[in-house]
Amino acid sequence: MSLLGEDIVTEDGEFVINIGPQHPSTHGVLHLKVWLDGETIKRIQPHLGYIHRSIEKMSESLSYRNFIYATSRMDYLSAHINNQACALCVEKGLQVEVPERAKAIRILMAELTRLSSHQLWWGCTGLDLGAVTPFFYAFRERESIMAIMEETCGARLTQNYCVPGGVMYDIHPNFRNRVKDTLKQIRSKFNEYEEILTGNVIFEQRTKGVGYISAEDAISFGCTGPTARGSGVSCDVRKLFPYDGYEKLQFKEILEQGGDCYARYMVRMAEMKQSVFIIEQLIDNIPEGEFQAKTKMVLKLPKGEFYQRVETARGELGVYIVSDGAASPYRIKYRSPNFSNLSALERMATGTKIGDLVAIMSTIDLVIPDVDR
Amino acid sequence: MFLKEYFGSIYRSARSLLKGMKLTGYYFTHPKEIQTEEYPDNRATLTMFDRFKGEVTMPHNENNEHRCTGCQACEIACPNGTIKIITKQELQPDGKKKKAIDTFVYHLELCTMCNMCVLACPSDAIVMGQSFEHSVYDKRQLKKVLNQPGSKIMEGVE
Repeated sequence: MSLLGEDIVTEDGEFVINIGPQHPSTHGVLHLKVWLDGETIKRIQPHLGYIHRSIEKMSESLSYRNFIYATSRMDYLSAHINNQACALCVEKGLQVEVPERAKAIRILMAELTRLSSHQLWWGCTGLDLGAVTPFFYAFRERESIMAIMEETCGARLTQNYCVPGGVMYDIHPNFRNRVKDTLKQIRSKFNEYEEILTGNVIFEQRTKGVGYISAEDAISFGCTGPTARGSGVSCDVRKLFPYDGYEKLQFKEILEQGGDCYARYMVRMAEMKQSVFIIEQLIDNIPEGEFQAKTKMVLKLPKGEFYQRVETARGELGVYIVSDGAASPYRIKYRSPNFSNLSALERMATGTKIGDLVAIMSTIDLVIPDVDR
Repeated sequence: MFLKEYFGSIYRSARSLLKGMKLTGYYFTHPKEIQTEEYPDNRATLTMFDRFKGEVTMPHNENNEHRCTGCQACEIACPNGTIKIITKQELQPDGKKKKAIDTFVYHLELCTMCNMCVLACPSDAIVMGQSFEHSVYDKRQLKKVLNQPGSKIMEGVE
């Protein structure tokens, strides 16, 4: 079946259109082929591969220290959490004990990343649904988080701050004050978010009851993260399989039963508050000590298979390393959350109107480089 | 009853829209709350954070001396093949030959600023610089030689 050589109108009278790969609402180079009956969506077929960079294959020729940087380019909005997943998996193989201070710093950075990612998503959702203003408000708060990242990690998006055994360098002396200022700013703006978008009548009508997916379907498609939690599926890896000391922290797993776009929206809005809550618990209690465990110059994992899962801003990221005892991995596989969430798009959007497709896509919160890797 | 619900929904809708408009109106009339930086105009006062990873640089002291021994640890540590070090044998005053760098080639166009080379360097010869305006018209200009012409290794660095 060729992509462009097909008839625009099928035998059943269905109209075939291509959305993307260059479309403002697809948030990247996602190509959707949509079969339409009038305005109603009959079928959706995502075409992938436009931004495939072969990160998994590339990693096989890099050492265990070096392959981590490339994962920042997968889900670039939760780059730190991707790095953390790889570092954790390598540590599992090496059986290195990570210092408490490094764990606390990692969690702080991961929650800041989640916060910034959700803020960008909030702005883009508004933008997709026709409200331009939220985009700028979201970027205002996100900018202060980016400043924290830049000051401590040295980069805004692709930090590469996690190394096997801990973090690359200690936190900046200014880190605590800057985080506290940012939290104060963000907490005061949550009301604004609610006022400008959540209660808005146009927004409610475009999201309530749109893009429904049941809990059973969400499980069978392998949805994770806020996409599944919007359907009432409990899947927070931080709660179920705690890593890096999440078990010591108080936070709630947000669940909504609606299963529609509005439920997924509310999950993310509440998760932002939980992230703020986690950071508040940790920021004054960063343990003293080393920020990095002593590791050998050349890391060699023992022969075997290692798997580690973490909760990124979009769902469950799994890192699977097969080692043959050499200095570089024999095989690496990433189980990316966006790929599974994208597979549920057809179930969500079939039967809805073409205009709702944009709303559904923006509440799944796709990052296309993570789909293709 | 129907009419009451109908007009009630109109009232609630209008109220939710006005609520949002009030917020945008507030920021429209309070320009002091604007937080944007006007980038090309603030170049003179713009300072980056001291840890910002802009490019790899090799600091030289006032006698045109650097700390690089040519051990190629950074070249091995780099995941992208960004660094190429060409070494030479230099004649010492006591007649012995010693390994030294001839050219330290740095391909900025391949660099991802991952900081692995800086961590790998045993003699702290390279650091991350804060410059971030790397746009050029010709990509050949991105290939840089980091050691300055006629520079030598600092005394006491092994």
